[in-house]
Amino acid sequence: MSESSIRTEEARSRKQQKGDKLFAGRVKVHPMNVRGTFRRLKWAALGLLLAIYYLVPWIRWDRGPDAPNQAVLIDLPGRRAYFFFIEIWPQEVYYLTGLLILAAIGLFWITSLLGRVWCGYACPQTVWTDLFMLVERWIEGDHNARMKLDKQPTTGSKLAKRTAKHTVWIVIAAATGGAWVLYFKDAPTAVYEIFTLQASLALYGFAALFTAMTYLLAGWAREQVCVYMCPWPRFQAAMFDEDTMVVTYESWRGEPRGKPKKGKAHVSPREVPATPASESRPGLAAIDWEKANELYGEEKVDGLGDCIACNKCVAVCPTGIDIRDGVQLECIGCALCIDACNDVMDRLNRPRNLITYDTLRNQDLRAQGLPPKLRLVRPRTVFYTLLLAVVAGAMLWSLAFRATLDINVLHNRTPLYVTLSDGDIRNGYTVRILNKTREDRAFTLSVAGLEDMRLSVVGAEVSPDQTARLTARPDTTATYRVHVTAPRESLDGTVNSLTFNLNDDLGETAVHDTVFRGPE
Amino acid sequence: MPTKKEKDDLTGQETTGHEWDGIEELNNPLPKWWLYVFYASIVWAVGYMLLFPAIPSLTGYTKGLLGWERRAIVEQDIRQARAAQATYLDGIRETDLSGIMGDPDLLNFSLRGGEAVFADNCAACHGQGGAGRPGGYPALVDDNWLWGGDLENIHHTIAYGVRNEHSDSRSSQMPAFGGMLDRDELRSVTEYVISLAREPEDAELAEAGREVYATQCAACHGDDGGGMTQLGAPTLNNDIWLYGGERGEISRQIANPRHGVMPPWEERLGEEMVKMLTVYVHALGGGE
Repeated sequence: MSESSIRTEEARSRKQQKGDKLFAGRVKVHPMNVRGTFRRLKWAALGLLLAIYYLVPWIRWDRGPDAPNQAVLIDLPGRRAYFFFIEIWPQEVYYLTGLLILAAIGLFWITSLLGRVWCGYACPQTVWTDLFMLVERWIEGDHNARMKLDKQPTTGSKLAKRTAKHTVWIVIAAATGGAWVLYFKDAPTAVYEIFTLQASLALYGFAALFTAMTYLLAGWAREQVCVYMCPWPRFQAAMFDEDTMVVTYESWRGEPRGKPKKGKAHVSPREVPATPASESRPGLAAIDWEKANELYGEEKVDGLGDCIACNKCVAVCPTGIDIRDGVQLECIGCALCIDACNDVMDRLNRPRNLITYDTLRNQDLRAQGLPPKLRLVRPRTVFYTLLLAVVAGAMLWSLAFRATLDINVLHNRTPLYVTLSDGDIRNGYTVRILNKTREDRAFTLSVAGLEDMRLSVVGAEVSPDQTARLTARPDTTATYRVHVTAPRESLDGTVNSLTFNLNDDLGETAVHDTVFRGPE
Repeated sequence: MPTKKEKDDLTGQETTGHEWDGIEELNNPLPKWWLYVFYASIVWAVGYMLLFPAIPSLTGYTKGLLGWERRAIVEQDIRQARAAQATYLDGIRETDLSGIMGDPDLLNFSLRGGEAVFADNCAACHGQGGAGRPGGYPALVDDNWLWGGDLENIHHTIAYGVRNEHSDSRSSQMPAFGGMLDRDELRSVTEYVISLAREPEDAELAEAGREVYATQCAACHGDDGGGMTQLGAPTLNNDIWLYGGERGEISRQIANPRHGVMPPWEERLGEEMVKMLTVYVHALGGGE
């Protein structure tokens, strides 16, 4: 392996290129292709997530003849959300809130353990940017070829390459935007309508919006979304502690970095580590120099750290940073620099993991030649795990005991009460019965709270015991106008409490407390 | 205009030649994207003015090449809405009022539709939700009716109105008793009318008015003050008063009665809407 093929000295981080300028325009990042463990992991995550995104709308789920058979569907006109066996009404949108809380805590949890793996592997911005970069590499070539192409004057072949790239990007973006709307409308119908130009303007509009956003964010904005737009990098440091796994550079063995010197032997600080007794040099390779000199002879040792300053780690970075500057906001934790560096270390026969996935505490220990220690169970992680369990438990509990019946009673306010010709007082109520099952249901409505009151329901008979039989059709809200009349002597002041009870024949009960108003 | 191009030493940028206290204004070009959006807007504006109504004149406005018109769109929207409601509206037209009350779908449609129509057309006088207003606008939520509270009577009152030019309009006139009764008779009959509804302040005076009431009022308002819905004669034996229940208010109404009017609605709202309104008003609570 010749050294020139390793060196990519022109690769400079965005920070270096911007220099000390108060304002500098965007520095375009041309990430280089890389192979290795983390790259394979990233491809696997990309494949899995895209497969989930594109395939989930096509999963079918039988719910009976009158309901959509799409497993995951947000039916906006029908005011229902379906998720496999779960069926959510608009007033139960707190399940969505719960899901978002769960996602947020899950994010904190995984970040405190493994650093920014969400940013590096699972965030849609990362996944689609990666996909767009893959297309770019296929069409325009790798790092050097793309840098050269950028500098070239516009020629036919450059124009052709650019056109091809943007065309493929827009096709991918359209597939992304197109798949998004499938979550809101029966997928086979929607696809048929879209391609036969029968879909609604709203459908095309949203598909176009998400197409444009995908194209702009993944094709043009890329790392700027992470660096300037996303709030998460700004407070993710709050989830970190010294025991969090992060992508980091072992400066204790990398520094001083430099080209290998001809005729001199290189001693890796990994192989002849410093002992706690040996003198430590802050920021520099901690080597037991006495021992090294003993092994190789004083004249022969090059005195350099393991980093050969090839800048491969900078060249492959999708956000264009130099990880050797330390943990920084722009680092999305994708670990591609580890793959790049390991490749170089292997070729030069030096120990791997000069850029490593490790905790800051372990780095301190390793620098002092002490054995590393991984602490996964910490107050922080225990707290997040418990919180996760509590929220998930609460959601499961509320889902398992979710009522299939609900009653809503609105006291009519215009007027608050009516005085009848015989002096009795009447109040009006709008009663809504939510039947969340897929069957017709009949209920008995009764009212409690006042003496000698009389019930009447528009469109339903009231039996002598002052109860009414009400029905509600499957999966609907039935609305009834109910009047309650009470003699003036039964009232105690202007506001009296009143309770509506709704019982179905199978024993499910819904209760709603309201008021009965009267004159002063 | 400066004849010589001046450059800022620090940035190498051309300046405008303006300088304040040693601070020079740089002549930065407009951002390209901004400039192109500006040009595109001009092109857009020209196209827009040609295609759509744009330039007013003294007598009208340019119609535009597309013939776009807001009014036509609204009319089309209304037609579409009507078409979507067609099954219900047909049902309401073909079913009689008690039939509508017995059909849950038509009943619900009428209650919702009636509520909207009522808010638009009736609530101005009768109040939101039919609560009534002082000064002769009867409440529709109670069980006290001037012209009858069953479905047929409510329908007739809404369709043809009260004391208007329509040939089927409800109509009646109470004479002004101020010129026919003397002061004492007026005082005593007022106290008697009060005694029909509640405890009078002066029982002796009320008793003196019994005779006057029997000869002058009972024919329409009934011997016991029960009223007569055929004539729109209000009930007097409860504490619900159209023009107020104070002694002075009652006395004024006997001496020089006011009469409420209501327009006929069937021509304006159509058969279906009037039926929906009837069902809605009936369901407010007082329907008989």
